[in-house]
Amino acid sequence: MIEIDLNSLWFLLIAVLWMGYFFLEGFDFGVGILLPFVGRDDLDRRVAIRTIGPVWDANEVWLLVAGGATFAAFPEWYATMFSGFYLPLFLILVALILRGVAFEYRAKDRRPQWRAWWDRAIVFGSALPALLWGVAFGNIVRGVPIDAAREYAGGFWNLLNPYALLGGLTTLLLFTLHGATFLGLKAAGPVAERAHRCATILAPVTVAVAGGFLAWTLVDAAGGNRGSFPMGALIPVAGVAAAAVLASIPLLRAKRDGWAFVATGVTILTATLMLFMTLYPRVMPSSSEAAYSLTIYNASSTPTTLRTISIVALIFLPVVLAYQAWSYWVFRKRVTREQLSPTG
Amino acid sequence: MDALIAARWQFGITTIYHFLFVPLTIGLALVVAILETMWVRRRDPKYLRATKFWAKLFLINFAIGVVTGIVQEFQFGMNWSSYSRFVGDIFGAPLAVEGLLAFFLESTFLGLWIFGWDRLSPRVHAACAWLVSLGTILSAFWILAANAWMQNPVGYRLNPAKGRAELESFFDLVRNPMAWHHLGHTILASILTAGVLMLAISGWHLLRHPDSPVFRLSSALAVALVLIASVGSATTGHFQGQEVAKIQPMKHAAVEAHWETEGPAAFSVVAIPNMAEGRNLFDIRIPRLLSILTYHSWTKEVVGINDLQAEYEERFGPGDYRPPVGVVYWSFRAMVGVGFFLIGFGALGAWFLYRKRLYETKWYHRVALLSLGLPFIANITGWVVTEIGRQPWSVYNVLLVRDSVSPSVSAATVLTSLIGFTILYGALAVVDVYLMAKYARAGVGEETTPAEVGAGLAY
Ligand code: HDD
Ligand code: HEM
Ligand code: HEM
Repeated sequence: MIEIDLNSLWFLLIAVLWMGYFFLEGFDFGVGILLPFVGRDDLDRRVAIRTIGPVWDANEVWLLVAGGATFAAFPEWYATMFSGFYLPLFLILVALILRGVAFEYRAKDRRPQWRAWWDRAIVFGSALPALLWGVAFGNIVRGVPIDAAREYAGGFWNLLNPYALLGGLTTLLLFTLHGATFLGLKAAGPVAERAHRCATILAPVTVAVAGGFLAWTLVDAAGGNRGSFPMGALIPVAGVAAAAVLASIPLLRAKRDGWAFVATGVTILTATLMLFMTLYPRVMPSSSEAAYSLTIYNASSTPTTLRTISIVALIFLPVVLAYQAWSYWVFRKRVTREQLSPTG
Repeated sequence: MDALIAARWQFGITTIYHFLFVPLTIGLALVVAILETMWVRRRDPKYLRATKFWAKLFLINFAIGVVTGIVQEFQFGMNWSSYSRFVGDIFGAPLAVEGLLAFFLESTFLGLWIFGWDRLSPRVHAACAWLVSLGTILSAFWILAANAWMQNPVGYRLNPAKGRAELESFFDLVRNPMAWHHLGHTILASILTAGVLMLAISGWHLLRHPDSPVFRLSSALAVALVLIASVGSATTGHFQGQEVAKIQPMKHAAVEAHWETEGPAAFSVVAIPNMAEGRNLFDIRIPRLLSILTYHSWTKEVVGINDLQAEYEERFGPGDYRPPVGVVYWSFRAMVGVGFFLIGFGALGAWFLYRKRLYETKWYHRVALLSLGLPFIANITGWVVTEIGRQPWSVYNVLLVRDSVSPSVSAATVLTSLIGFTILYGALAVVDVYLMAKYARAGVGEETTPAEVGAGLAY
């Protein structure tokens, strides 16, 4: 069923990079989306932003490395996906640009108008990618038209099908909920309380939507749209994802915000893992002709390249994980209103 | 406009824009690390205040450097999918390694640096600044190694069955001489860029407050940086030019508007190149100088554009293999002009510093202010020489630009993103200039403790 070769190792590594990206930037996006809801005044909003301030840029690098790793290990996948999903990616880039600049620049001028505009950029720049990443993954899993030259042969509207849109709604809600539980954990005072309330409202909706998306994916997989993993392997993973998101409801009710964050995190990790398992060993199934599907074998680099980047990754990934963990440890304390200088 | 032209404009605009911010990031990261280390060593608050002042500008600049970099990472797949399929086996690896080795380092330790003033000991905190600086240099190395492979493809073989280039030796890729020339020249140009910015802004303050300790200190440091980095840019640039002559003779001949093979070859100082006629309509030349510069020889022959064009047609079939000569010729002269001007200006500053007159010499500060744009011009024209001089190839002698573009992306689509990016980047430029000017003029604070500095830098 699965072969342990370099191609599979890189498929796994790329899956891990996306899981890391969605877990980490997931709560960044959520905090950004919730900014107007948890922050009544400027100081509150600064508390919310400060919870992710030291880490959001490093979290975004998970995406860059996922992109770079895809280019290096599966150039055909990189080429087909990024040229095929051109316009959605363009929108994601615009959003990420506005959002990244906004975090840094909103503090650089004290006029309320200035800050209000950057706050809007943060909300927009967080919500749009949170939605579009789900749409993109929905399309990859469902399959898109790919021709014999391995080029994407559909249009823009093709990408907006019900399954993919449900995928988008799922990531949007899930990331927002994840951000709310994160704020409950990392902020203090009124911001944490409001985040907790947002989470309580969001959780049941998220359970319904994410549950629907997971079920639809399983039904499609059972109908034949899956790679080499049998249903017996997919169902438990989807089950963990569903159970974890469901568990967030009682955990929030019991005010166990830390555990609720763990629950939303587990949901994100396992749901992403499930999508990648559904694909394996395909990376972009073709909906027009199964033979045109890109797989980890026909889309890959040579063994020489895979070996080279494997060595680099196996040496440096642990180092990166170690210093990122250290940085979360340094900033482990909750952020309070009192700690922020009122003038900043 | 067809998709190819639109894609080229988009790549040119977004990359040049990215590279307006990159050199300042590389240069200022180093400056901040130096200043903070001086504070840790000497504990004089003026170093702490200087650290904060330049860090503020660094951070404003860094923000746009980061977000425009994300576009670069995705653009190869979006607009140049045929290129990505063809070279991915080789070109992807340095990009992936850059992310893993450099971007994680840069972003994680910058986060620690900005927000960790009251949580880390001064030594550990200064170490974070050095790690950020190391990250910028590692990032430069890996992306330049990728670019150097396009200039001088090494360590690969062609696989005609798969229609792509395949990696033979990663080691060859890393020790590509072009990559190391690129690195040396680009890092020195970056330090020069930061040095000129410091000199100009410190000068502006010294004109008003000639005894400000922070700006005296910054101005003196800037003079040293400008002098060392301008001489360094010229030296590395010279050897890089010799390497170009060896591996890309067409680019070298075009940069010198050198049409006919000659030995000894004369160097053209001012010319009006004409592509259609294959000659210069007007030309002022210094005998023998091109042979001396290219080969350190009094007599050696330098092959001209017209002979190279004939040779290329024989090798690769009919076509025009000449880059736009006027563009690269004048870009090169702009860059070198800036280089020599800054060597002189840096030397003059060093003389004033030695005579203890630097801080009071008002005209020097005014000229520094007027020179602020020069290193940026040199950076851009430098890349224009490198990239446009490579035309019509995207991988030199291997892959043409017109065979690199994405076949599935329509002209209308590229035009949409081209217009979108242009408007967005234009707006960001306005905001950036506003903030840079605001904080450059703001003057230094009264901070005496790291916690106070942290409160001013964090958001
Ligand atoms: C010589 C240096 C140099 C050159 C030629 C380029 N860059 Fe760059 N890049 C940097 C030097 C740099 C840097 C100094 O490391 C930056 C600048 C601002 C920053 O934050 O880091 C950066 C940022 C940066 C980022 C954001 C990293 C983050 O989130 O921290 C990405 C994804 C790229 N770049 C990618 C590219 C690509 C794909 C390029 C080629 C077309 C490119 N850069 C040209
Ligand atoms: C170091 C990494 C770089 C890589 C890998 C790279 C690669 C490329 C590629 C793939 C193209 C498109 C093909 C073409 O039109 O030639 C291109 C074009 C171009 N690049 Fe670069 N480039 C890099 C850096 C830069 C930088 C830093 C600049 C300038 C600041 C630059 C300036 C340009 C310009 C102006 C073009 C357009 C040329 C044209 O009109 O065809 N490049 N480069
Ligand atoms: C004064 C003498 C200088 C000489 C002889 C020189 C020489 C060169 C040459 C030959 C190239 C093209 C290399 C190629 O095509 O691969 C180049 C590129 C470049 N130059 Fe210069 N240069 C000088 C000064 C400067 C200065 C002052 C700056 C900026 C402040 C600068 C920035 C650049 C940049 C950014 C590039 C493109 C990157 C690269 O190819 O390394 N140069 N230079």
